[in-house]
Amino acid sequence: MKKISTLDDLKKAGDKGLKSLFPGSVKIVVGMATSGIASGAREVYEALSAEIKKRKLPYILTGTGSMGMDFIEPLVDVIEKDKPRLSYGKMTIDKVPQLIDQIVKGTIDKIKPIYRVDEEDIIAKKEKKQYLKGALPEYLREIPAMYDIPFYKKQVKIATRNCGIIDPENIEEYIARGGYLAAQKALTSLSPESIVEDVIKSGLRGRGGGGFLTGVKWQSCVAAKGDIKYVICNGDEGDPGAYMDRSVMEGDPHSVLEGMIIGAYAIGAQEGYIYVRNEYPLAVANLTKAISDARSRGLLGKNIFGSNFNFDLKIGKGAGAFVCGESTALMASLEGKAGEPRAKYVHTVEHGLWDRPTNLNNVETWANVPVIVARSGKWFSEIGVPHSTGTKVFSLVGKINNIGLVEVPMGIPLKDIIYDIGGGIPGGKKFKAVQTGGPSGGCIPAKMMDLSVDFDALWEAGSMMGSGGMIVMDEKTCMVDLARYFIEFLASESCGKCTPCREGVRRMNDILHDICAGHGQEGDVEMLESMAQGIVDGSLCALGGSAPNPVLSTIKYFREEYDAHIKQKHCPAGVCRALIRYEIAAKKCTGCGVCAKKCPSECISGEKKKAHKIDQKKCIKCGICMESCKFDAITVK
Amino acid sequence: MKKATTTEAKTKEIVKKHGRDKSGLIAILQDIQEEYNYLPKEALSAVGNELEVPLSRIYEVATFYNTFSLNPRGRYLVEVCAGTACHVQGAFNLKDRLQRDLEIDCGQTTKDNMFTLEEVRCLGCCSLAPVVRIGGNIHPYLTQNEIPGILRNYRKQG
Repeated sequence: MKKISTLDDLKKAGDKGLKSLFPGSVKIVVGMATSGIASGAREVYEALSAEIKKRKLPYILTGTGSMGMDFIEPLVDVIEKDKPRLSYGKMTIDKVPQLIDQIVKGTIDKIKPIYRVDEEDIIAKKEKKQYLKGALPEYLREIPAMYDIPFYKKQVKIATRNCGIIDPENIEEYIARGGYLAAQKALTSLSPESIVEDVIKSGLRGRGGGGFLTGVKWQSCVAAKGDIKYVICNGDEGDPGAYMDRSVMEGDPHSVLEGMIIGAYAIGAQEGYIYVRNEYPLAVANLTKAISDARSRGLLGKNIFGSNFNFDLKIGKGAGAFVCGESTALMASLEGKAGEPRAKYVHTVEHGLWDRPTNLNNVETWANVPVIVARSGKWFSEIGVPHSTGTKVFSLVGKINNIGLVEVPMGIPLKDIIYDIGGGIPGGKKFKAVQTGGPSGGCIPAKMMDLSVDFDALWEAGSMMGSGGMIVMDEKTCMVDLARYFIEFLASESCGKCTPCREGVRRMNDILHDICAGHGQEGDVEMLESMAQGIVDGSLCALGGSAPNPVLSTIKYFREEYDAHIKQKHCPAGVCRALIRYEIAAKKCTGCGVCAKKCPSECISGEKKKAHKIDQKKCIKCGICMESCKFDAITVK
Repeated sequence: MKKATTTEAKTKEIVKKHGRDKSGLIAILQDIQEEYNYLPKEALSAVGNELEVPLSRIYEVATFYNTFSLNPRGRYLVEVCAGTACHVQGAFNLKDRLQRDLEIDCGQTTKDNMFTLEEVRCLGCCSLAPVVRIGGNIHPYLTQNEIPGILRNYRKQG
């Protein structure tokens, strides 16, 4: 591989990448992120490959990451010369021959694309690059442009700028979209101090959850004494219900590498680590390939871009411990030890990995850095709201129509995310709350829909930004059960080092289990509140310090559900097994007998074609009867 | 005792690959687990000897992280996702169903050594909730009704 050491080398590599992104012939791109593959993208890719081969067509076939529209995966994009890029959703093997027919004939009569892209906005270069040359062909007029469809309309893509567009294994495609330009500029013409200053000016705050000012953290690490310093990327995305970082690591690994190169140069670090969860095998594979490509191109190693700056990167794989997302625990894990956090008064920027000054940032934070350096801190600071600048990536999941990954400017009202981007709640059900911040965060009730989504407003509402999980809940979600779920999670993930967290969280778990099991007593809620205060005050790290949040926020906004569980022994949402019963509505039951056949405890009986009954004494409340009934005859009370 | 010596030899090879570096302990254990599907006792002793680290510390690390298993696992690892998105979509019902159908609790292996059932903290496939990963394959939008057929297929594949 030819080394890249000058701006000219970079341009040449970028030109090659451009040819591959905007080819003169037909190119088909399949979304092959983890969620795409799980939806059948690999089978679609193979079917496309076989069909192209069979018909001896000169088409190019590649893979890409995720565009975020996970609810219509697998996604297939078609790029033809001088025509808009077309995105097809919910592709199946059966649709492959039809799709190829369409491309050959130049029609869209069999399968309609979801949207079209006339030009690419190359944000790192402040450039637009056209797919469409001349007027839009008549037959494509009915297809909406990408940023006209509600899902994308309010999105601004900075951290996920390349996801779903480039082939993550192709470094030249990354370079073609302005990749490594910022690193080249930084290493050859900017002083480390000016980079730190510009990152401070950008207002970028840590995207991993804490929200600490990134530039200020860098500055402290610069000031720390020591010849050897480290930079770390925290890719241990442990929050359940969050996969933003996975998407970036899988879909655009070089953006993380470039951010770290710039950060290391600014701080004076020579070595870096990317700590990735073991549960993300594709992220590990794509990062490994990216590091090896960057190294063989001279973008990692000695004298990068002809400067006297040397830097290299290693990957550390996690082994399944939530607490390792905490910076000091993560560093202990990288040293090959059990991931136990230590007290925060010893700052990692001074005494971090192997007791040396270490700067740790999250994946999304690093991915933002190249664009900030390329476009200036001032540019970045004008996106979003004061004190929460730029964009934030969220994984919008749970009881919502448009499930997927969204990147929005900070300060967007919550309702815009839920209704405009998310398309509302499925099945006509009522929106109840949204949970942000993972196990450390809290629930925001439906009545606070106008809330501005930024670091400070979320904190004031009793939740937090967290890493970006946004779990939507409808009327069928029990808030007490949800609090129990998070506390149970934290009780089992507590490392056990300090007592308030180890014992306190476990006792809170016991109380919540009792409430859900119908053994709640008057005073339990007050007991939970007072224990929560003790745990917050006494815990060593943020895991314990924020552990009671899900309980406190649900008590704050949904006290009546706690009271229903404790006083009336009733679960209003119909979730807590000890407090519910499944019943068959005689009017709706056709007597088909499917539920009786499926029931594992044989508690449903009745004559054929006549309404059936459930023997409540034998029912184990597994809910399979409700899942199997085609007539909505089974209700939960 | 022929097996013990091969385990020891294989372990030495793995430790050597990681440069006998104490900080590589987690990566070493991951490689051993990949090789044997669990962490055999002989391997852990060999790692201790090679790295000159007390066995107690090796066990501390091996028991701290969820990925590691000190008992042999079945041919297919069945991982029920316990992420928030899966939870609100009723993943707990899938777990119970798997426990009933496989006749084991979480953390146990079926008598025929085909399946080991475990709960996993979010696979990051929240858009496909609820999901279960079996032998590395993600089964999206899983319902209780599909479980018997899926398990049958894996059994057939052997």
